[in-house]
Amino acid sequence: MKNLDSVFAAYIAAWAIFFVFYVTIARRSASLRDELERLKNSLNRGK
Amino acid sequence: MAKNILAAALVFLLLAAAAYASLFIAPTDAKQGLIYRILFLHVSSAWTGLTAFLIGFVGNLLYVWRRQPRWDWLGVSAVEVGLAFTTVVLVTGPIWARPVWGIWWTWDARLTSTFIMWLLYISYLLLRTLVEEPDRRALFSALFGIFAFLDVPLVFGSIRWWRTQHPQPIVMGGADSGMDPVMFRVLLFAWLAMLALMTLLLRQRYRLEAMRSEFETMRHELEAA
Repeated sequence: MKNLDSVFAAYIAAWAIFFVFYVTIARRSASLRDELERLKNSLNRGK
Repeated sequence: MAKNILAAALVFLLLAAAAYASLFIAPTDAKQGLIYRILFLHVSSAWTGLTAFLIGFVGNLLYVWRRQPRWDWLGVSAVEVGLAFTTVVLVTGPIWARPVWGIWWTWDARLTSTFIMWLLYISYLLLRTLVEEPDRRALFSALFGIFAFLDVPLVFGSIRWWRTQHPQPIVMGGADSGMDPVMFRVLLFAWLAMLALMTLLLRQRYRLEAMRSEFETMRHELEAA
């Protein structure tokens, strides 16, 4: 079982990177969706 | 929404199956032992990253040719996804290298060209933050993306043209390349799982870019009113 810790570290690091990337996309999308909604309301009020 | 959750669940199952095959089905390497199992993560991420950059390159070329925003959205989305996979390559490589080579990093042809590729695509994303006007931003970044892609064939060829620290190719590397058939099948399966993950991330990122474009158009309308 030599180097099991390195294999474990590699898998943890890779999944952490993918997870963080996925979460950043989701957060940016949610924030943009809110702003878009606010902007649509502003435009509707202006008409 | 339900379709998205189903797609994400399918990708997760594929990745879990690929991890299981990499850790338990592929035979242990006679020379390296357990540590070589990082290969299934490292190599499949590298191939997927290059695939994403190729998609980005096609998007950049099509934007320069057609000037349609959707090709710009595809270009930036693919570059960002490619960067995530290349970051995994640059992190897992040293974790594998330390026990096998005795060093974390060396400036050999493959490692250096990969690091330069990563820096070039980081610059691509930074460039986009510097240009405010959407059409100019799309054109400048598409041209820069085409330039950055010049490093991709260099990354691919680096271990074929020069004999340095990084191992020689296991696929498309001539008469001496190749690997155990079970290991090779597991590697292809791991790549398939990574491609599924790439597709999922690319779709989400593309939607974000399309939404951003809609937001910018509406903001300009509001400012003009």
